[in-house]
Amino acid sequence: MYSEKVMDHFQNPRNVGEIVDASGVGEVGNARCGDIMKLWIKVEDNIITDIKFKTFGCGAAIATSSMITELAIGKTVEEAEQITNKAVAEALDGLPPIKMHCSNLAAEALHAAIQDYRSRNGLNIPRSQ
Amino acid sequence: MQRIYLDHAATTPVLPEVLEAMLPYFSHEFGNASGVYSWSRTARQAVDQARDTVAEILGALAEEIVFTAGGSESDNLAIKGVAWANRERGRHIITSAIEHHAVLETCHWLEREGFEVTYLPVDSQGLVDPSAVEAALRPDTILVTIMHANNEVGTIQPIAEIGQIVKDSKAVFHTDAVQSAGVLDINVDRLHVDLLSLSAHKLYGPKGVGVLYVRKGTRISPLIHGGAHERRRRAGTENVPGIVGLAKALEITHAEREKENARLILLRDRLIEGLQTIPHTRVNGSLTQRLPNNVNVCFEFIEGESLLLTLDMRGVAASSGSACTSGSLEPSHVLLAMGLPHEIAHGSLRLTLGRGTTAADIDYVLAEIPQIVERLRAMSPLYRA
Repeated sequence: MYSEKVMDHFQNPRNVGEIVDASGVGEVGNARCGDIMKLWIKVEDNIITDIKFKTFGCGAAIATSSMITELAIGKTVEEAEQITNKAVAEALDGLPPIKMHCSNLAAEALHAAIQDYRSRNGLNIPRSQ
Repeated sequence: MQRIYLDHAATTPVLPEVLEAMLPYFSHEFGNASGVYSWSRTARQAVDQARDTVAEILGALAEEIVFTAGGSESDNLAIKGVAWANRERGRHIITSAIEHHAVLETCHWLEREGFEVTYLPVDSQGLVDPSAVEAALRPDTILVTIMHANNEVGTIQPIAEIGQIVKDSKAVFHTDAVQSAGVLDINVDRLHVDLLSLSAHKLYGPKGVGVLYVRKGTRISPLIHGGAHERRRRAGTENVPGIVGLAKALEITHAEREKENARLILLRDRLIEGLQTIPHTRVNGSLTQRLPNNVNVCFEFIEGESLLLTLDMRGVAASSGSACTSGSLEPSHVLLAMGLPHEIAHGSLRLTLGRGTTAADIDYVLAEIPQIVERLRAMSPLYRA
């Protein structure tokens, strides 16, 4: 049911943990639904230099969390903001259809962390064109 | 890597003796049991003999045994069949909140067809209160359906006591004994039931065959029309090898159940005790009124599917009541009905032991699970060590 990439990220998740002096923290989902993703980002000179996650959830939730940390690291804040849930699923060679809705929240967690970083630093939220 | 199968409540392997008993009826003795020639007579004899075996174990008459294509069909036939045949007498049905979906969804469907269904709650151990059944009975109640033993948490219901109560009403009493057949006493008179469902593949028989016991005099409409088979209660050419396999499997498991239950209870309790040493773990279901092979626990702060995937990587097959494994967005309806919060119900693990389970298997699982739980908790934002 899961792709090899999903199983790899589930078995060997990248960047698990917390960042103590994070620039921004994002949390999405809720325990009632069985998925919570929490993401910490470190931003230096507008670049995401470190990113860590903790996830309560199924295999897809853990794999998408792990994948987004790989996709976002080294990117500018604006570039990272362009990452979508769909892109995360594609990078994992797809997810089972039922998981696309409930467990594919990693991009939202990242966007929430960026939002938090901006509001902490009084940065304007750029309008998308 | 070891492979340890701990999902016997889902299905069981066919016993070699059962397979052997079935084999002639696939090829050499392939006759349609309804014909008049010798091939048919052999098939008919095999079906009749199987029916006698099942009837004897249930304490029933042979004519009260209806062979079906499995537990879900038996439940559907019992509920829809009674509802349809008695709809002019009443349209009220009583069941419980923790039934198998084959019962619950059949009841939901009947609600859309104009029937009224009372879903009785259960206590924190998953037990139905017989006095709640009594209180729910009405003059227009036509059917009460309560499972014998729960498939998720293994809780054994007071069926005989409920049966006594229903007996004094105009309603008929059905029990889904899919998890208890071959394990517990399923004598229909001692249980005071009018209808009883069982399935072969849960008791080391083949998939695709089951039984509905129908007490003589019970009004029931067939689901499948098209012939005089099963005394017009279930049309369709008899699944001769399946029926032979079902009877053989029930005969063996029923005869050996006391010895096997005693063995499984020791293993089960060892497993429960071992798992309880993991912090923030709760055991679901009754510790006394429990199937000998069922272990069901919740590990707080983690989710069931991740647990199952990790167990599978280490060779262990198990099951969970998390939303991901239930195929919906909600975790197990059984655990929720027992009062567990959603977030804890998502972290449930069911391990169901069987004839092949050894003490070494239990030791292996008890060595693996604490590490897996620890690893997933370290990843969980809900957990503070």
